[in-house]
Amino acid sequence: MVPFFAYTTVFLLIPTLVVVIGAFLSGGRPTLGNVRALTEPAVISATQHSVVLSAVTAVGGAVIGAVLAYAVSTARVDGVLRRFVASLCGVLAQFGGVALAFAFLASFGATGFLTTWLAKVGVDTGPGLWLYEWDKGLMLVYLYFQIPLMLIVFLPAVEGLRPQWREATETLGGSTWVYWRRVAAPILFPSFVGATLLLFTNAFSAYATAAALVSQGSPLLPLAIGNTLTSEVILGQENIGKAMALEMVVVVAVAMTLYAVLDRRSSKWLAP
Amino acid sequence: MSGNRAAARRKQDVFRWVTIGVCLLFFALPLYGMLEFTTRGPGGTRSAQTWATLLDFGKVSAEYPALKEGFLASVGLAVLTVLIMLVLLVPTMTWVRLRLPGLSRTVEFLCLLPLTVPAIVLVVGLTPVYAWVTYLLGESTLWLSLAYVILVLPYAYRSLDAGLRAIDVKTLAEASRSLGAGWGTVMMRVILPNLRTAVLSASFLSVALVLGEFTIANLFSRKNLQVAMYELGKSDAQISIAVGLAALVFGFLVLFAMSFVGGPRSATAAAPRLRRTRKESP
Repeated sequence: MVPFFAYTTVFLLIPTLVVVIGAFLSGGRPTLGNVRALTEPAVISATQHSVVLSAVTAVGGAVIGAVLAYAVSTARVDGVLRRFVASLCGVLAQFGGVALAFAFLASFGATGFLTTWLAKVGVDTGPGLWLYEWDKGLMLVYLYFQIPLMLIVFLPAVEGLRPQWREATETLGGSTWVYWRRVAAPILFPSFVGATLLLFTNAFSAYATAAALVSQGSPLLPLAIGNTLTSEVILGQENIGKAMALEMVVVVAVAMTLYAVLDRRSSKWLAP
Repeated sequence: MSGNRAAARRKQDVFRWVTIGVCLLFFALPLYGMLEFTTRGPGGTRSAQTWATLLDFGKVSAEYPALKEGFLASVGLAVLTVLIMLVLLVPTMTWVRLRLPGLSRTVEFLCLLPLTVPAIVLVVGLTPVYAWVTYLLGESTLWLSLAYVILVLPYAYRSLDAGLRAIDVKTLAEASRSLGAGWGTVMMRVILPNLRTAVLSASFLSVALVLGEFTIANLFSRKNLQVAMYELGKSDAQISIAVGLAALVFGFLVLFAMSFVGGPRSATAAAPRLRRTRKESP
């Protein structure tokens, strides 16, 4: 008992407190200056980029992932296809960071095989710089781990749809459309929104992929925080990093709380 | 009616293959890009040189000492993280179930808290803590495992919790106590063997997470596998990408094999198991 609490205190609670308290300190004195610094244009634009990037890839990944999950769920339960897709997605959902960035550079970069191939067919993709931009390349790269994550999270929910519900709809004279509109969609909706929130936090807190891909500037909040840690800091910058970290925690905490509420709601229907 | 049904099924089949086909194509493109890049030879030829180098351990450690160092560090980190995680969690969670059910909510909260603290935020908070760790324990990369334990806490907790839920801890413990076993024996010879699957899946998740960790190691300037790959990517991208692809294929094979190990039960057990493996922030 004691080791567990001691350990989590030192390595989890203290760091959290350091961030929370540090966000309101400057040179040992309490201040709101760090929080006020969050309204600086650079920080605001980083926050905006982060939120937009996370939201777009979360919704996009959720929609595509949900369709994929449904397609997989119509395959045989013990079939090789389902195992193959599930295992592949299990790996790809974790496949963030350095290797992922390299994979996209090798395919879509200036000398990547897709770029060369497209150029041969006559499609000019430009000098390959779009890959490094947060609203083009990064979105594509993020989708690459968001879609698999959605499949893993959402597949159990889709599998929870019982064939009897569909049969009941048909017996009562409902069409496929009615089944989806009136039965399946309301049941799946909480899981879907919950999964989307999870994808949002996943993209929002991702650092490694962006760090490996973007080498100039810090267009995203995690990169901006990383910058305050590594660059030669101007005095006081350090605690602005803590304020930004606090901002991230707040956003993620809100999303996760909503997720927990929705998860509880959806498990009511989908309990085995 | 039956004709209708057959038509509907055919339509479903087409829909399934098209959807899965398109998604798999999207997943395959960057992977093919990696393969294509690592087999590039001089002057537009194909060559397996990079892969031959990678398979030759002597050559790798001679030519890419950073890669070897990072790989060994990551393996060491994985082992150490799993050990600390198990020693910390298994007795605590068992004890909470046996004697202190009132604390179960607190323990759950603490274990799931890291989900709301992104790794990058943890780095900010851990900076002063690690100043002490370095002061007391030295600079070794291995001490990163202390932070990694926090990262794997939610996933390990979920696995172990499901495992403990499936067995009757109280009866098992009382039975062995009444037969004269001490608490150590109860833990080692009764509880742990019953938790085999849960411990295995918790460990597997932790290993996967530690091997892929970049954020904390990079910002604390320690060299693990990912950081080594990142730095190597600047000078010799081919070997670095080859390592990334090899790691990915290895992970896939392990997961794919494990999906068959579950046996006939997997049809029913798949859902809750997948639910637990849900999140990792890359």
